[in-house]
Amino acid sequence: MKGCDYYKPETVGDASRLMASLDGARYIAGGTDVMVLIKQKKLSPAHLISLRNIRELSLLDTSDGLSIGSGVTHSRIVRDAWIRDRYSALVDATQKIGSPQVRNVATVAGNICNAAPSADTACPLLVLDAKIRIAGKKGERIVAIEDFFLGPNRTILEQGEIVTAIAIPKLDENSGSAYIKHTRRKAMELPLVGIAARITLDAADRAPGWKESLRNAPNAEALPGMLEAAGIVCRDVRIAMGVVSPKPMRARKAEAALEGKVVSEALLDEIGALAASESQPRDSFRGEAWYRKDMVQVLVRRAVLMSIERIVNA
Amino acid sequence: MKKEIEFMLNEEKVIVEVEPHWTLLHLLRETLELTGAKEGCGVGECGACTVIVEGDAVNSCLYPVMEIEGKTVTTIEGLAKPDGTLHPLQQSFIENNGVQCGYCTSGMIMSAKALLDKNADPTENEIRTSISGNICRCTGYVQIVESIKHAAGSMKNTQAAQNGK
Repeated sequence: MKGCDYYKPETVGDASRLMASLDGARYIAGGTDVMVLIKQKKLSPAHLISLRNIRELSLLDTSDGLSIGSGVTHSRIVRDAWIRDRYSALVDATQKIGSPQVRNVATVAGNICNAAPSADTACPLLVLDAKIRIAGKKGERIVAIEDFFLGPNRTILEQGEIVTAIAIPKLDENSGSAYIKHTRRKAMELPLVGIAARITLDAADRAPGWKESLRNAPNAEALPGMLEAAGIVCRDVRIAMGVVSPKPMRARKAEAALEGKVVSEALLDEIGALAASESQPRDSFRGEAWYRKDMVQVLVRRAVLMSIERIVNA
Repeated sequence: MKKEIEFMLNEEKVIVEVEPHWTLLHLLRETLELTGAKEGCGVGECGACTVIVEGDAVNSCLYPVMEIEGKTVTTIEGLAKPDGTLHPLQQSFIENNGVQCGYCTSGMIMSAKALLDKNADPTENEIRTSISGNICRCTGYVQIVESIKHAAGSMKNTQAAQNGK
């Protein structure tokens, strides 16, 4: 690694000013991507501007939905029981990223700024309707996560801009979410396919105790039949897919097919097939396209059921 | 251009000159001659370079040295007592054959220590998760998991004996 200067600004403003005044500078947060790129000589910044010492970026604010400062590490999300209960899909993703050593320093914001097609937190943030707060020369702008990614390792961030926080709205009480990372081994792995889902069960005109009665499902496979019998409608359906296109994407046709409907075996098969038809995976050394498509079909069904299980067990 | 930084290393204050682009691993091995932390892959995949910073296991090969200013760092060299008595984890790795070639061992022990410092009574699953970022190509992990289990047990017994006094 060639010599480069290292700056530790303590405010976002100072960081931006440094970036504007230095040639060939690069921001660094957890560094688990940037340091690797430098070591692999894919990046040779003349200056590194660390975002790790900016206190405002390390805030986790739960006063209105959830705001994750861009300095918040995966480990902090994993340890947070409040987040686990409300935004389960995000915890599913953060607890499987890299290794404990990586999760202790890598940030959620860094994961999306790096914008790998396999970024684990992208799918959960897509189904949770996250908004990205960005500070730049012209002030602040807020962008929906869906508009944030442009392609592999490319985002809408312009030169010098800093992601300051990821804002996730408050969800309906009867909402649940899940993220399934499909991997060949249990740890230290990138997903072959990643699928996130979020569902709200419409509890209007439900008698008290409706959740309890569904809790008695002997297994997940029995759940669709019980939901169908109970006639409970799904709302605010979100399904997102990772590693099946140049950037993480929503499965809009699958979402539309489930919106306002009662879950049934037939409908689960249908939305799985729709999501698979929307996916455009490619062959890579990690896995072949046909297999990824097949797994989309399987995992969309599983992620939807997992989300619903979490609602009834909450 | 060298810069002077100050931090706590194995319970001693260290003031040292570093190049700003160094990693923590570089400082430890090349300047401070603490070669317990190894460079395996150098890109955060193998965990051989694991040390503890502010209570958390990290890959020192990816940790910018400038970020340790004012922080507390523990390496494998800081585990044994000054009189040479080994840390229960070190003792347990020896007794339970948790070591073969030894290259991963420092990192394994540091990951395990980060776990046991926070969770004195971990499940097997928690132990396995704690070393999921440490690759061993010799043992197949069974003896390593056993070593950590036994260490947790002996540390608990020591603690109980002390509390009983």
